[in-house]
Amino acid sequence: MAIPICTMTPERKRMITPEEVEHIGWLARIKLTGEEKEQYAEQMNDILDYFGKVDEITTDVEPTYHVLELHNVFRDDIASGSLEQDAALANAPNKKEGFFKAPRIM
Amino acid sequence: MSARTEDGVIIGLEIHVQLNKLHSKLFCSCGLDYHNAPPNTHTCPVCLGLPGSLPVLNRSAVKSAIKVALAMNCEILPQTQFYRKNYYYPDLPKGFQVTQYDYPISVNGYLAIERGDGQGIRRIRINRVHMEEDPGRLVHEGTIDRSKFTLVDYNRAGVPLLEIVTEPDLRSPKEARKFLNKLRNILEYLDVFDGDLDGAIRVDANISLAGGERAEVKNISSYKGAERALSFEIVRQRNVLRRGEVVVQETRHFDELRGVTVSMRTKETEHDYRYFPEPDLVPMRVMDWVPTIRETLPELPEAQRTRFLKDYGITGNHAASLTLDPKLAQFFEDVSAAIDPKLSASWIVDVLKGELNYRDLEIDSFKTADMIEILKLFSDDVVTEKGAITIIRTILDEGGTPDRIVSEKELAKVKEDVVTSAVDEVLSECTDAIADYRCGEAKALNYLVGQVMKKTRGRADPQDARTGLLEKLDSNET
Repeated sequence: MAIPICTMTPERKRMITPEEVEHIGWLARIKLTGEEKEQYAEQMNDILDYFGKVDEITTDVEPTYHVLELHNVFRDDIASGSLEQDAALANAPNKKEGFFKAPRIM
Repeated sequence: MSARTEDGVIIGLEIHVQLNKLHSKLFCSCGLDYHNAPPNTHTCPVCLGLPGSLPVLNRSAVKSAIKVALAMNCEILPQTQFYRKNYYYPDLPKGFQVTQYDYPISVNGYLAIERGDGQGIRRIRINRVHMEEDPGRLVHEGTIDRSKFTLVDYNRAGVPLLEIVTEPDLRSPKEARKFLNKLRNILEYLDVFDGDLDGAIRVDANISLAGGERAEVKNISSYKGAERALSFEIVRQRNVLRRGEVVVQETRHFDELRGVTVSMRTKETEHDYRYFPEPDLVPMRVMDWVPTIRETLPELPEAQRTRFLKDYGITGNHAASLTLDPKLAQFFEDVSAAIDPKLSASWIVDVLKGELNYRDLEIDSFKTADMIEILKLFSDDVVTEKGAITIIRTILDEGGTPDRIVSEKELAKVKEDVVTSAVDEVLSECTDAIADYRCGEAKALNYLVGQVMKKTRGRADPQDARTGLLEKLDSNET
């Protein structure tokens, strides 16, 4: 059976640049200084080199998708109570008329 | 749209439908009856993504997904699992969406639609049908590009969704709309989906002109919107080419109010989502559910339409109209058990449905027993066609039962001798009209029929009046 695998390109040969670190920071909505970008680029490259070592091992085993041997854990389709609105919003730093208030993100 | 403008148009759809006939969310027990509820009243630690909470999968959601997949002729995969799709946006409380990626629940299906140019059938391949959770709802104060902040309601977060992905096999906006209508029809027959609920369906469309790059149009939230967004996008891409420029691959946002698509700057690409298997949910092996689910699948609209044509001998148009709505089809079958099916189909589709639509009512508002009684009164010649319509309207507007309405509104058709005497009276009174008729003035006959109807206060069958008049006029009795 043809399974439509969406491949994640590892691109392990390529070195992580400070520009890529900036992009990764943007994905997490974290602003980094120039110095941090340099520092993290170096650290990430070290980590990737380490994975490169793991890559050298020849393997012919099925990938592990889950560490447990379990499968098929379900619950019945029954609705039970939800949190009160006040409780749901209790940890929110900003709220308005029952909504969580978040910064505008484009 | 002319055939020429459809040349070279390539469209693929990603359709998100809520499994909104279920009772609870995909991974927690929060209810799905949130549509008129205040914000953030249908949430819990799981769908708010609070630390330490763990998801447990709704069994019925998986069954619904299999039903839909089978109805779309898909293969079910022996092992299927969830992934985390990571992106940071306020509609996701956890910072990722639980969805499927490799190993979706089903792949490789198809749905056949009538081609947009009417020249036969086109088979639209389905790449996959997979399960995922709905994100929360964002409310922007003012317009999306002006508001200073975003308000978030997580009532919708975690609602079970199916994503249905087609191959780029659609060739016009019209075909896209036909496909969506057909899909909705099937989902409603499967009883997994109510398309009338707000946010029940959302569509992303990939569209390109032959040889060009494709644009992805997001935020289409209605069937009409899909056709409009795609038609706009075709014109836009054609204009780009006409100016000698090239269409760039990009994501565009459909602005439903203005009916236009606008470019959305996105910095995320596929691998930025960093998909990985969801460690909090174990894989599923559900192949052994498939035979039972397949056996219990209801008759789908297309099969039902074919059976209606074959078993009842009704017209293609009537069969098509009746099978747009499973409840209407059932109503027809119930009425046909007692009444001639052709007569039933004609009255239900051509009369009752129109009266219901006019009042914005559904078929549930009319009793099968009432329809049977009305059609009996009509076929037994107790009431005229007009009288039967009056009963239907009266039931819808004021209530009541057919027999009471007949006596209260004096709808019973008058006896033949009453018609005959009315005809005689008219013929003795309207000598001018008779003279006109004899001089070849055909309209004069209509006038005479009108006079008979007037004398019987509309309770004569106009056809009887006409026949009676003609008999006497032609036999020169006057």
